[in-house]
Amino acid sequence: MLPLELHQLSFAAGNAEIIRGISARIEAGPRSIILGPNGAGKSVLMRLCHSLLLPTAGRIVWHGAMNGGKGVDLRRRQAMVFQRPVMLRRSALANVMYGLRLAGKSRNECELRAMDVLEVVGLAQHAQRPARVLSGGEQQRLAIARAWALGPDVLFLDEPTANLDPAATQDIESIINAIHASGTKIIMTTHNLGQARRLGDEILFLSNGRLMEHTPIDRFFREPASAEAATFIKGEIPWQ
Amino acid sequence: MAIIRGVLLALALSGLVQGPMAWAQQKFITVASTTSTEQSGLFKHMLPVFEKKTGIQVRVVAQGTGQALDTGRRGDADVLFVHDKAAEEKFVAEGYGGPRHEVMYNDFVMVGPKADPAKVAGGKDILVAYKKIAESQAPFASRGDKSGTHAAELRLWKAAAIDPQTGKGAWYRETGSGMGPTLNTASGMNAYTFTDRGTWLSFKNRGDLVIVVEGDQRLFNQYGIMLVNPAKHPHVKKDMGQEFVDWVISAEGQKVIADYKIGADQLFFPNARR
Amino acid sequence: MTSLWDAFGAAWQLIAGFDSTLAQIVGLSLQVSLTAVLIATLIGLPLGATVAVERFRGRQTVIVLLNAMMGLPPVVVGLLVYLLLSRAGPLGSLGILFTPTAMVIAQAVLITPIIAALSRQIIEDAWREYDEQLRSLGAHRFNAAMTLIWDTRFSLMTIVLAGFGRAAAEVGAVMIVGGNIDGVTRVMTTTIALETSKGDLPLALGLGIVLILLVVLLNACAGAIREMALRRYG
Repeated sequence: MLPLELHQLSFAAGNAEIIRGISARIEAGPRSIILGPNGAGKSVLMRLCHSLLLPTAGRIVWHGAMNGGKGVDLRRRQAMVFQRPVMLRRSALANVMYGLRLAGKSRNECELRAMDVLEVVGLAQHAQRPARVLSGGEQQRLAIARAWALGPDVLFLDEPTANLDPAATQDIESIINAIHASGTKIIMTTHNLGQARRLGDEILFLSNGRLMEHTPIDRFFREPASAEAATFIKGEIPWQ
Repeated sequence: MAIIRGVLLALALSGLVQGPMAWAQQKFITVASTTSTEQSGLFKHMLPVFEKKTGIQVRVVAQGTGQALDTGRRGDADVLFVHDKAAEEKFVAEGYGGPRHEVMYNDFVMVGPKADPAKVAGGKDILVAYKKIAESQAPFASRGDKSGTHAAELRLWKAAAIDPQTGKGAWYRETGSGMGPTLNTASGMNAYTFTDRGTWLSFKNRGDLVIVVEGDQRLFNQYGIMLVNPAKHPHVKKDMGQEFVDWVISAEGQKVIADYKIGADQLFFPNARR
Repeated sequence: MTSLWDAFGAAWQLIAGFDSTLAQIVGLSLQVSLTAVLIATLIGLPLGATVAVERFRGRQTVIVLLNAMMGLPPVVVGLLVYLLLSRAGPLGSLGILFTPTAMVIAQAVLITPIIAALSRQIIEDAWREYDEQLRSLGAHRFNAAMTLIWDTRFSLMTIVLAGFGRAAAEVGAVMIVGGNIDGVTRVMTTTIALETSKGDLPLALGLGIVLILLVVLLNACAGAIREMALRRYG
């Protein structure tokens, strides 16, 4: 269904312009990191791409999607992991099965697939435990499993490690790499430069609702094109 | 409306609300009667005898006579067993039921506080007592609910040539409720009140109240019984209802009524004309 | 004071003596109110959930109405149901006035708005939290509503209990539509009203104590289940 094209995409809530005329083409393959300071519009951009929000202007085009990229087919082929995932009040296994069941798969099929995915994220032994009593790191891993189980072409991750300690962060990052290795496109937001460097192949740098640059990772850190990016890199590095 | 009906039918069919005694299968009639007959315990004494004999369960809805007549008018009861002759005759004349049969009588009494602020105790003339109460403006609790007892009380005020409405809110207090609640109120505020003897005898929360006037001819309290007109309301259980009416005024029914006593006191005196 | 002590004595005697008439009255009370709660829940929950997750014209009006109807006076409900079910009324042909079914209907009418309005509030709050996540997982409104009901089930249980409490404690409506017929439609509250009429205040209060104990017992059980479940499911 990739590439994904954004044409003059804008989003405003009331009088506040959050996304201002972003155009970009995101190809299959490289792990795309949406980087930028807090309030730059990263999460909103991701929600626009995932059709959780409707743009106030501009268009989003998924090339290669069936039906010209409309409706259910489109939604079923992408998935998202939220910064604070909502755990349904049921077991870890049932949480993973939930999305699969909605996609119309049989109970048996769902359970097999869910167990597989839980195995990959290292939660198989917690399958029967209630999701809400898992630790923060485990919950985030479960959220990734729940999204990945759907077998999406594209996986959006919105600051997936923002609330986690270093060990849990490392777990998540290796899972993300595994998902990337399996051929799923990764689009992820972060404000953490270290993480961007570790996980990213290309950077979309956002500042104040505008896309300042869209460059391969090496070039971004070596010679940022925009003054905003340069400032951001300088400001962040000492605490890396 | 169709939905409501569907839900109701489903409910009825599911047996969810079936009573503990499998009442759904039982033969029964509904009798609208007065609080005085119900609360005096007469029905508890009388109905099992009838049910045993005929297998017909009698379901009594106890209301004021005015409300009971209205229940009959709407067709929500099969038989009426009430005590306001004038209103009953009007009911029959309008074609809602009948014929009306006299069943029994007891009497009304006036009760009041032992202290007797209006000095009416021991009197035999109810009209004199009414006048004294009005003159002394001693508190008086009235049913005010268009029941048979209320109607009787109002007739007596009229006979005494007093309009109690002039004392309304001051000494004349309308409770707008049944005999029991009115007695509770009178007991609470040490007021005089007008009650049928049956309810009084079975009433427990008397406080300082005692009978102050009794025995006047005008305190006669006649009960009547009648079938609701099946021509007006086709669903009325004509045969079973008539069976009950006939039994109540039969020698057997009349004896059962006469046998009902609280302590040594007979509560109702059968006087059906057979 | 003496009559208060008498009341506790009477309550104790009622419970200890296990009077079969009392058992029947308590049984009918439970049967009527539990059935009413069941029906009110079956109607009120989906209604509350729908209003919570759907956006339609007049939604605010519906919410205001539902909230206002929580305070429906039982006597008025009783009267309305009475007029509906009376032989002279539109549903008279069913012949269910003065039966437990009529009482169930009156109580269901009384508590459906309570269950609908309160569940609407709870489900709408949860919807704010779950909205994006559920949409992302591919849930449409109906799936979402069902999921929200299931996920807020412990809070909803409290609402259902509140509904039960209101139904079981209510006297005005069931008196009118049931008729307080001995052995047929006589429930705890109408018995209390009757005994009060007869001036037997200790017995009336004793019955009241039994009623309160029942409601407390039921709530304690539900509370325990809720606690246990919350500890288990988080």
